[in-house]
Amino acid sequence: MSVGPTRRMIVAAGAATLAMPAILRAQPAAVKVGLIHPVTGALAYGGQLCRLGGQTAIEDINAAGGIKSMGGAKLDALLGDAQGRPDIGASLVDQMSEQGAAGFTGCFASPIALAATQAAAKYNLPFCIDSGLADSITARGLKNVFRLFPTASAITTDAMAALDAINKKAGSPAKTAIIVHEDGEFGTGTAKLLGAKLETIGIRLIETIPHATPTRDFSNIVLRIKAAKPDLVIPSDYNNEYVLLARTLVQQKVDLASIFSVAGGGFNLRFAKEQPTIAENIIDFNHWYNPRSPRAATFRKRFEDKGTVFSWELLFGYFAMRFLADAMERAGSADKEKVVEALSTSTFNDDLLTYGPTKIVDGQNQNAHATALQIQQGDIHVVYPEQYSDATVVFPRPKA
Amino acid sequence: MLDLLLPSLLNGVLTGGVYVLLALGLTLIYGVLHIVNFAHGSLLMVAMFGAWLLATQAGIDPYYALPLMIAAMFAFGWLLYAGVIGRVSRGEDRSILLATLGVSIVLDNLALVLFTGDTRTIETPYSFDMVDLGVVSVPTAKLISFGFALALAAVLWAFMMLTDTGRAIRAVAREPDGARLVGIRPQRMFALAYGIGVACLGAAACLLLPSFYVSPGVGNVFVLLAFTIVVLGGMGSFAGAVVGGLLIGVTDSVGGLYLGESLGAICVPLVFIAVLLLKPTGLFGARA
Repeated sequence: MSVGPTRRMIVAAGAATLAMPAILRAQPAAVKVGLIHPVTGALAYGGQLCRLGGQTAIEDINAAGGIKSMGGAKLDALLGDAQGRPDIGASLVDQMSEQGAAGFTGCFASPIALAATQAAAKYNLPFCIDSGLADSITARGLKNVFRLFPTASAITTDAMAALDAINKKAGSPAKTAIIVHEDGEFGTGTAKLLGAKLETIGIRLIETIPHATPTRDFSNIVLRIKAAKPDLVIPSDYNNEYVLLARTLVQQKVDLASIFSVAGGGFNLRFAKEQPTIAENIIDFNHWYNPRSPRAATFRKRFEDKGTVFSWELLFGYFAMRFLADAMERAGSADKEKVVEALSTSTFNDDLLTYGPTKIVDGQNQNAHATALQIQQGDIHVVYPEQYSDATVVFPRPKA
Repeated sequence: MLDLLLPSLLNGVLTGGVYVLLALGLTLIYGVLHIVNFAHGSLLMVAMFGAWLLATQAGIDPYYALPLMIAAMFAFGWLLYAGVIGRVSRGEDRSILLATLGVSIVLDNLALVLFTGDTRTIETPYSFDMVDLGVVSVPTAKLISFGFALALAAVLWAFMMLTDTGRAIRAVAREPDGARLVGIRPQRMFALAYGIGVACLGAAACLLLPSFYVSPGVGNVFVLLAFTIVVLGGMGSFAGAVVGGLLIGVTDSVGGLYLGESLGAICVPLVFIAVLLLKPTGLFGARA
């Protein structure tokens, strides 16, 4: 029996090849978009989630008929692994622009975003930031860089306003606080910002306790906290230490009005489900989907069906891509100048976000606001502001 | 501060118990194979994920999983040596070193693919139980870990000193050619020693899990400490690993109390340097 191609197969293949250009002409060319994230190395977890968010957005956009103003052009993802290194992030921009990328989203971490956006500025290619909160990303005057989400300082200001409102509504049970932070740039920076603002909302800062990353044991710190008897503990550290600190606070039965963090490293659904006792009633000021949106449940389930627990990184990755695609839709073109223009005048609005219509000033959305979240019975709920909340805040929490 | 000193000391001793187990495995492998096992941290991570899977998927409490994890990690260590490390090294120490480094890179990245970089924890019924020791209450889990760790160290010591297999391992460590002459096969003993060293990690993983977390990077949290303890105690010395582990546990805890958890991190290296200045072979090290 012959295993090679038969004459009939060759003829059929030839006919198919001849017919191809006609098929191609009927479909507008796909628009290539670059997704740059650290998907290996120390930042892999968050980077992978941001990437998954972006890819899911592309799936949704393509399934709904692509960019309609461009004749239904589909989006085509170019995936890049920045490996946690800013220089690799920048060189990925060069490679992808060679491959014809019309725009980018990324980069989970601010240092990578700073380098990659600068590289994209050389080509004036639009870059939509997903996670990466450093103010400087949109404050350097780069015309091609846009952020739908708030800056770190905006989040801190909003967080303190939320804490103030929650505290006052409960009759101001929180009068003192201790900040526990990791001693790197992230933790120290946040601690300084928060420490300065606490006084303005009538909460006295008793002490600021730094710790190294990794810290294997929080017993000392918690014994110090227990002796100082603050009403609030405000942690600002990465995932692992956040969880260990919270566990040790419960073990040593430290009585607090609340644990309140701002973009807390370990505050996520996995923590809520794996450690229900410890996680109960912890408040974090961070991003979540708007639970009052009619699409909220299906949106969350979309990611759960992909085998991941829902997290704010997914939301960031998803909407950075939506924001970019929306600008292409408005521009009716993937031309970089037109897309940059469309982004800077964008009024993008989605009821899954807790934002309202976008208003861009110097690349930064002025209407972006995070929400206060609380873990209640193993799930995360929005508790402030009220217009987006799906649960009543438990504050102060019941005595241990 | 003084009222916190005693609790801090006690906490250091209890934490040091698990450090002892980590260091014992490393020092055993060094003592017999004369190589530094770079895969130590990664193998601890593998063991912790093993214990975590048993706890979450099969519902087996980490303490009950202890014998199972010891056996599984022993087998894994044995196979790793017999199948990979011993083979690629061809008896050259330098190659064994590189082989263990290679194994660690493969394991770390495999874990990243399988489990992502996320932090995982378990909640056990005794997670928040405390034992009141008068001056301070300590988590029950820590007390149990401490007891188990020291008991296992004693069992391991007895095995090495009192059994024929233990004597054979020591013979190979001391004089491989002489051991061969009396009918001991060195490669077998190497694989056995590597297996036992890795089995210690299986035990340590079960003892750590109720009060710690697991992530693909968790090995790095402990591995440098384990190296420090082994060198401080005297490379290859059992007593050194035990005393060194407890000493480092206490130094870490009290240093953190007085200098803060940030600056306190320098205390361990300081003690380390001080000991090596006074006794370059380590606390219980034999003369090179």
